[in-house]
Amino acid sequence: MMELFVFVVAAAMVLGGAVGVIVRNHPVHAALSLILTLFGVAVLFVAQQANFLAAVQVIVYAGAIVVLFLFVIMLLGVDRAENLRVEPFKVQRPIAAAVGVGVFGLVVAAVVVSREARTAVTGTGLEVPAPGGGQLHDGNIKALARDLFSSHVLAFELTSVLLVIAVVGTVMLARKPRKGEMQESEA
Amino acid sequence: MIASIHPTTTWYLILAAALFSIGMVGVMVRRNPLVLFMCVELMLNAVNLTFVAMARKLGDIGGQTTVFFVMVVAAAEVVVGLGIIVAILRRRPNATTDDLAELKG
Repeated sequence: MMELFVFVVAAAMVLGGAVGVIVRNHPVHAALSLILTLFGVAVLFVAQQANFLAAVQVIVYAGAIVVLFLFVIMLLGVDRAENLRVEPFKVQRPIAAAVGVGVFGLVVAAVVVSREARTAVTGTGLEVPAPGGGQLHDGNIKALARDLFSSHVLAFELTSVLLVIAVVGTVMLARKPRKGEMQESEA
Repeated sequence: MIASIHPTTTWYLILAAALFSIGMVGVMVRRNPLVLFMCVELMLNAVNLTFVAMARKLGDIGGQTTVFFVMVVAAAEVVVGLGIIVAILRRRPNATTDDLAELKG
């Protein structure tokens, strides 16, 4: 009962926020709707025993990424409403809606057809047994850390390289060109 | 009656499909580059939800590990993408995606 209630409320948050992102004409409102969706996804993560990822979802997505979006909106001063009545191509929106419904139908059909399919489990399990029996409270973090730092340790190290490259690249993109370089960049 | 219903993995997958479709429609319809980015985030979150649901169904922590990496890459992607958007919009304020055809051959 409780699980059903949590799912329904979180699903309403996710879908309501997602629709808000694409129908609100003001970028700030869209970003706030995005936060609603991200929190709903975090709740669903908790319901699926992914406690650590739920925390990361709130901290990184809702905390950092959306703040970055809002920061850019304010920085650029583009926080004026976009006129949603303008439709550059005549049949763009009907086609987009048709493609969206089509993809949704395809995925749902695939999910329903493969619902009873048997799957082989090869990886490590979600549960970490406590020494005295039962389950650990922080078993999710332990299991995730064990998998991350044993099977995927190289990929984990590579993410640090990726983040450094992203930071350096963004600084290069965002800085103002110096006087000597001005003509070159304008050309 | 209602108390006996439990949300199964199928429910989560269908919800993720709906979220992905909404994000995709947003990418096709909206013209503000910032809102386009938010719609891409919606699609990434839908895929993350699928991974977590399947991780629970299969009892395999590997799905959650994948979501961890997806989040790292998404953070890097947002940083670089917003840097590009700032660089573009600083030069041409009020540009929409229709105006940004400079790379066209």
